[in-house]
Amino acid sequence: MLASLFVETFRFIGDNAGLLLHKTLETAKLAFTALGIGLAIALPLGLWLGHRHRGLTLALGTSTLGRALPSVVLIGLGIAWLGVGFWNNTVALVVLAVPPLLTNSYFAVEGADRDAVEAARGMGLTEAQILARVELPLGLPFILAGVRIAAVFVIATATIAGLFGGGGLGDIMVRPVSYGLAGVMAAALCVTALALLTAAVIGIGRRAAFRRMAPSA
Amino acid sequence: MSAPWVLGGGGPVIPKFGTPNQCLKNNGWFCPGWVRDHWSDILQPALIQHIELTVIAVGIGFVASFVLAFVGFRFRVFDLPLGAATDFLYTIPSIALFQLLVPFTGLTVTTIEIALISYTLFVLYRNIVTGLRGVPAEVLESARGMGLTRRQTFWRVEVPLAMPAILAGVRVATVSTISIATVGAFLIYYGLGGPIFDALGQPDIFRTELVAAGGLAILLALTADALIALLQRVLTPWNRIR
Repeated sequence: MLASLFVETFRFIGDNAGLLLHKTLETAKLAFTALGIGLAIALPLGLWLGHRHRGLTLALGTSTLGRALPSVVLIGLGIAWLGVGFWNNTVALVVLAVPPLLTNSYFAVEGADRDAVEAARGMGLTEAQILARVELPLGLPFILAGVRIAAVFVIATATIAGLFGGGGLGDIMVRPVSYGLAGVMAAALCVTALALLTAAVIGIGRRAAFRRMAPSA
Repeated sequence: MSAPWVLGGGGPVIPKFGTPNQCLKNNGWFCPGWVRDHWSDILQPALIQHIELTVIAVGIGFVASFVLAFVGFRFRVFDLPLGAATDFLYTIPSIALFQLLVPFTGLTVTTIEIALISYTLFVLYRNIVTGLRGVPAEVLESARGMGLTRRQTFWRVEVPLAMPAILAGVRVATVSTISIATVGAFLIYYGLGGPIFDALGQPDIFRTELVAAGGLAILLALTADALIALLQRVLTPWNRIR
């Protein structure tokens, strides 16, 4: 049973490579748009709060709330309110991306070596310069760890958009009658590959950031 | 298994349940009358099922993660493959994982549980290993100096000191599980996802049912988070002094 499903899945991939590529790009577009918006919201907020060493409750509270909001409910509310569209799904995914981005960027900066920050202040660097040249480079590996988790969350969940006519690989997954279980599995493999590939690329960036820190450590 | 719904059909909404009053006829965002009428036959059972789903998933997921984390912590060679395996499980979309499991476990709650358990590993494994690794070397040195065996050191020194990180992981895993469990209703009518998907399946989306069941899911998640935070304070009294 499993063996035949395995064979059929790969046959499906061979026969429908074009369709799968097209749907993968749709999912990637949705996921990366959400990740980009999430970064634009969470990164400045987390960095600024972490730099000021305040707003821990705000950062953690926002993150918990973000995790507590179920994606299906968010997308459903968006549809009931605005109708079906790309942006409903995007907003739900942004909510999913924000918690790991916000907490990690907050703690990355908050936990930066106080002596290094004091030394920078003593050298006459402005607060913005301290954040950009001292705290940000020191905290970069931890920030990127957050980006990696957020990317995996968003890509794996982007398929829920298929339930709501949002396109992408989820479209295939919610139609086992038309595509068969092999099609569903092929689509799932594409999601997994996209997520793991993205995570690996961010992981390489993270290791590079670690290496850059090494001489000064 | 359902095909994707045709949404936004338009036309007047005729809710499946309840005495039609003006609020329901207008498909209001929150009709208290409907919630009162269907608390005991729809909302409360769904809430209890949802709590069961979550407790079982996080409970089994925690035990499994703890065992895996112990292996990854004690035998470092296994850490990378185990971490990669939990990553891999998490990246399988729930909608596909449910369908893959159906031939083996059928359209049952077990199928939902297996998927939920496999997702908790992603957060719990990493947090437990990181917590255990974070115990300072001096502390381990003094434990050895006091003549503690390896096992005693693990249970009396390493686990208690890793407790904040472990419980932080349990908090995140619990809140996420409550949220993800709503998708389980894609498979069978169970938990708060039942009324949520039911509301979404109505021609114009039954708003009151969506808001009531979705709101309950959010409240449940926030309550669980607060309870575990309390547990965190009780279990790690030494952290309060700082």
